[in-house]
Amino acid sequence: MIYTKDLSKAYNGVNVLNIEELSIPKGQSFGLVGNNGAGKTTYFSLLLDLIKPTTGNITNNNIVVNESEAWKPFTSSFIDESFLIGYLTPEEYFYFIGDLRGQNKADVDTLISKFEDFFNGEIIGKKKYLRDLSKGNQKKAGIVAALIGNPEVIILDEPFANLDPTTQIRLKQILKDLAEKQGVTVLISSHDLMHVTDVCERIVVLEKGNMIKDLETNPATLKALETHFANGAFATQEEE
Amino acid sequence: MFTNNQTKLITMIKHFISLEWKQYFRSSYWQKSIALNILLVFFALYFVVMFLGLGFGLLFIIKKTFPEQDAFVVANGFLFYWIVVDLALRFFLQKLPVMSVKPLLTLPIKRFTVVNYVLGKSALSFFNFLPLFAIIPFSIMLMGDGYEASLILPWMFTMIIIVLIINFLNFIIEAFSAEKELSFLPMIVFVGALVALDYFEVLPMTSLIGDGLINIANNPIFILIPITILLLCYGYNYKILKAKLFLDSSLKSKVTEVKSADLSWTNRFGDIAPFMKLDLKLIWRNKRTKSMAMLLVIGLLYGLFFYPQPMYRDMEFMFAFIGVFSTGFFLINFGQFIPAWDSGYYKMLMSQNIKYEQYLRSKFILMIMSVVILFILGIPYVYFGWKILIAHFAAAIYNVGVNSHVILYGGSFNRKKIDLDKKAAFNYQGTGAVQWLIGIPLMIIPMALFGVTNWLVGFEAAIAILLILGITGIVLHKKLIKLITQKYLDSKYKMIDAFSQDN
Repeated sequence: MIYTKDLSKAYNGVNVLNIEELSIPKGQSFGLVGNNGAGKTTYFSLLLDLIKPTTGNITNNNIVVNESEAWKPFTSSFIDESFLIGYLTPEEYFYFIGDLRGQNKADVDTLISKFEDFFNGEIIGKKKYLRDLSKGNQKKAGIVAALIGNPEVIILDEPFANLDPTTQIRLKQILKDLAEKQGVTVLISSHDLMHVTDVCERIVVLEKGNMIKDLETNPATLKALETHFANGAFATQEEE
Repeated sequence: MFTNNQTKLITMIKHFISLEWKQYFRSSYWQKSIALNILLVFFALYFVVMFLGLGFGLLFIIKKTFPEQDAFVVANGFLFYWIVVDLALRFFLQKLPVMSVKPLLTLPIKRFTVVNYVLGKSALSFFNFLPLFAIIPFSIMLMGDGYEASLILPWMFTMIIIVLIINFLNFIIEAFSAEKELSFLPMIVFVGALVALDYFEVLPMTSLIGDGLINIANNPIFILIPITILLLCYGYNYKILKAKLFLDSSLKSKVTEVKSADLSWTNRFGDIAPFMKLDLKLIWRNKRTKSMAMLLVIGLLYGLFFYPQPMYRDMEFMFAFIGVFSTGFFLINFGQFIPAWDSGYYKMLMSQNIKYEQYLRSKFILMIMSVVILFILGIPYVYFGWKILIAHFAAAIYNVGVNSHVILYGGSFNRKKIDLDKKAAFNYQGTGAVQWLIGIPLMIIPMALFGVTNWLVGFEAAIAILLILGITGIVLHKKLIKLITQKYLDSKYKMIDAFSQDN
């Protein structure tokens, strides 16, 4: 579904991302982990054609993302709060996204009604603008908006950050269902190793822009990751 | 030499200055708009020269116009108007310096320092230096003319104090207007009241201020009165700002109940309807855009400043200017910030399944509608002569066909983020001098075209020129919008990058 070839991104001559080859099949739940500056958000931004690759490209369902816009109808994402429109209510925002993705009001309402639990009664019908919601509630609205219009690829940057524990657990269930039952390709990044191993079938570790691990998730993965990052922290301490 | 506290204060202020310096020069806005900055400098120089001319020339002008009277007394008689005009102009052009205070609040910096720094900085504004270029030469000329230095020097200092009073008074008025829906109302009320008091001779402000200054000149001890006023104004500003300096005011968001209007009428516009709904909500739900929409009233009534005076009714080239201005008021104000209005969520728009052309067309239609509505509301100007109405019509067509495309095209060079949600203290989210500069070519070019043709050929030909240009633009609309869309697509990455920076 998503094929990355010879991709690199450099700012002022400094390479921040360098991926030789990465292939993510359809319906896979894919997790990206790495410390700050590892290149997770850079990769997602490249995937969404928000920044220009220095070399190489990403192909999404056989469409080269920085050459054509045809990937947009089946790809959706929530990267950060800047994806929200502050002066709309959550409902209006959902309908707006729905409009852009060819969904009428009724379609959107049906979808949203499935997330009543997830919203925990704090989003819908509150007559509040998105800008007045708490960070966590903003995130919930953004994530659900990314599910509108039956996308085949969903990209979420740090979806668990800022969420309360209950919502984190619910979100994990939602993401698992998407990949397993609906065949959606889900890409997430996270600092929380436990959540990623819970949700993702496959985990890639980025470090300073390079892919250094590509793991199939199994019961031992979490331990392996924890050891890796603990050593990494130790190594950087030594460098200092 | 300095006490420990003073040294601390000085280091703090040094830090502030270096922070601002960095903020300014490291912003992408600065790097992208050097041309604009140069233009601003030229304007500043132009005004400096004008004021110098006024300062040196005023004495001769007065002597010529009022040969019977004492020039110094006459000059003081006009001071009231100076003050009123200065105040009104500053309201639209000068804003309190913005400083992002939130990161500073948790650091060991006294609020006292921050507030005084911001206020002190405002005193160094160009708007305060400009009058000096007239006041000082005028004082020198007066002394050269035989007035006593002991008379003129206190007068000069009083004038400088008055300039500062105006400076701080303006911020008080702005602080009030920032909380109101009709942001320019307090200013109009205040200035209107002053002028009315004077005009109906309830309180003869003209002579009150004039005589006051002459009294100060004669008895310098009275200079304490303006100084007291200045201190009061400063103190009040201090109070207002300090109250805003608490985290609650920026953290605790005022939750506003949503009022939704039925916008289903936009559905007739087909595929651009979602964007039109969004734009209308944008305008109605954000303070900055809302007060801009309110300014439409001023744009509409702008002609009333000119047409009632027979002098202007003979200057036909003014018709085109006023026509473009009053029918294009919304177009110019709204249009020049496309697509920056959407900068807060630009990344999202760019990753969504949208057609850029639809997005731009929605803005275009909104601007066109505003031109049509403003023209229709302006029809009563026919009272001042049918030529005016015809000129306004031609100007409206020109706005639709030419200015609308120009401003959309110009938008693709937009690199400055607009933070609609900003609630930070010190930020009145107003408009500065730059905003008006951009509008100038949009108004001057049609005015010049109209004026020259009118002068060389005649009124009908001048009207025809505007109409032809406008209609050409309308006919070519499809092609032009394609071109503009391409331009936006080409600068997509740059815009995303600039809009995701905070300054």
